Amino acid sequence: MTLATARSRSGRGSRGPRPGRAVDHGAWFLVLPALLPILVLSVGPLLYGIALAFTDSQSGRTEPTEWIGLLNFQDLRHDTLFWDSFRIGLLWAVGVTVPQFLLALGLALLLNQNLRFRWLARSLAIVPWAMPEVVVGIMWRLVYHPDAGILNETLRDLGLGDGRDWLTGIGTALPAVIVVGVWAGMPQTTVALLAGLQNVPRELHEAAAMDGAGAWRRFTTVTWPALRPIALSITALNFIWNFNSFALVYVLTNGGPGGRTRLPMLFAYEEAFRYGQFGYAAAMGCVMVAVISVLLAVYLVGRLRGADER
Amino acid sequence: MTSRTKGAARAGQYLALLAYLVFLVFPFLWLLSTSFKPARELADLHPTWIPEDPTLANYRQAFDEQPLLRAAGNSLIAALSAAAIAVVIATPMAYVMARHRTLLARAATGWVVVSQAFPFVLVIIPLFLVLKNLHLINSLPGLIMVYVVWALPFALWMLVGYVRAVPVELEEAAAVDGAGRLRTLVSVTAPLLAPGIGATALFAFITAWNEFFFALVLLKTPEKQTLPVVLTHFIGAEGVADLGPLAAAAFLATLPSLVVFALIQKRITGGMLAGAVKS
Repeated sequence: MTLATARSRSGRGSRGPRPGRAVDHGAWFLVLPALLPILVLSVGPLLYGIALAFTDSQSGRTEPTEWIGLLNFQDLRHDTLFWDSFRIGLLWAVGVTVPQFLLALGLALLLNQNLRFRWLARSLAIVPWAMPEVVVGIMWRLVYHPDAGILNETLRDLGLGDGRDWLTGIGTALPAVIVVGVWAGMPQTTVALLAGLQNVPRELHEAAAMDGAGAWRRFTTVTWPALRPIALSITALNFIWNFNSFALVYVLTNGGPGGRTRLPMLFAYEEAFRYGQFGYAAAMGCVMVAVISVLLAVYLVGRLRGADER
Repeated sequence: MTSRTKGAARAGQYLALLAYLVFLVFPFLWLLSTSFKPARELADLHPTWIPEDPTLANYRQAFDEQPLLRAAGNSLIAALSAAAIAVVIATPMAYVMARHRTLLARAATGWVVVSQAFPFVLVIIPLFLVLKNLHLINSLPGLIMVYVVWALPFALWMLVGYVRAVPVELEEAAAVDGAGRLRTLVSVTAPLLAPGIGATALFAFITAWNEFFFALVLLKTPEKQTLPVVLTHFIGAEGVADLGPLAAAAFLATLPSLVVFALIQKRITGGMLAGAVKS
């Protein structure tokens, strides 16, 4: 997620490309080693995947795969399970992205202050970033564990009920995995926002303080306008990433209980690699891409606007 | 502001910071604590914060239950190869993207952005079919190929930033002195880029070491599987887990990324901050 920062800040400015050195045949030679794998293993499969959505491709089929036009999409329209998972995916993505942003913003503002132990906080706050998602899932299963988990034990100690089985409860499973999602993505968001904060001109802050502006006024008039482009792109990207996420929830609940946490990716994975419905799962992927493209457009427009403001 | 309200604000800030750290660090400490608890203590309905009778039995049992060493070896091979290949092929391309405003550079930039938005399922199904035809399913080389391409967008972005940080003037000075393009790249630019390339490689390493989805789909037999996939075997089909060994194995799987991350943390955040301020 640092991408958003690096990206939104590069590509412009004095150290940027020199128009005078534009055409250069040596450049092609330098680009090919990376370009070929990208075309063969990324762009190609993406196009192939879109094509598959219009076929009846299945695993283990002996007769040849045939074009079936929009049949998969028509089936998908009536697949209530898919739309359930789609709804859950959106709930999850919003549920993770919004609190994650607010918490990360708070933490970034704190870490931007001249506090003692800031270095320690900065280092420790990054721990979730370094952990494999599978481990994050396992770790939180231990925290949520009905008997041996620290969450229920703390609640018992505080006299707040007898604790419950968070990850298998119909009503608690989705909120429980959302908390884990927020936890896992906070460091990246914090670091990106912190980078944005470093860009806020200190003199402006001081001038505003001299004029008697309080902390909140200074935030809304000085900090936020400068931070907005980064905030917008990181939020759009986070939303997309969260909507597409897989490993965390796979380990935490595997979509349970009763599909309550079955994100679209889990659904498509099962459809493709458990039931072998490659064409149908590819159609699901296409629907996901379509929705995400709209969000990506929002993100790109936001970036462009950010560029204009500078 | 009076010094009193200022002091109260400071205290509030420290309190907030503490709350954040508790939220971020405690699950990890709980994992660590669980991994050292003997089975008897884990069965107790009132878990203790710190194991009363710490033991390494869980670690031993973890290695007995699952082929952790072999899985770690697979992960290491996949992550090292992917990182090395990704960096070797990404560096020249990043150089071109940073220094030339060609159509290609723009297209590559667009691809980097768009590739962030793929739902992997749309890529993995065709990749699965292609790799199957090439007999590269259930093989590390197949997985490494996927990891290289998967690591490229981020690698390119980091590297473009590092190239931009090298002043063009240095290269121009070398050109004036009569050095050719390749000569300039190798003797002037490359040494200055080395730390950035190293950080990028380490980052690609962590990404591959932690990856789960592609490995889950592409690797079928336990002998070939990477660490994250093998870790999920500790959680049985019914979701019942042997908590102690599970915690122990999970902690061990994190150690390499934690160490590597500690090494490059400054460069990632520092490099990003520098890039943000400079450009």
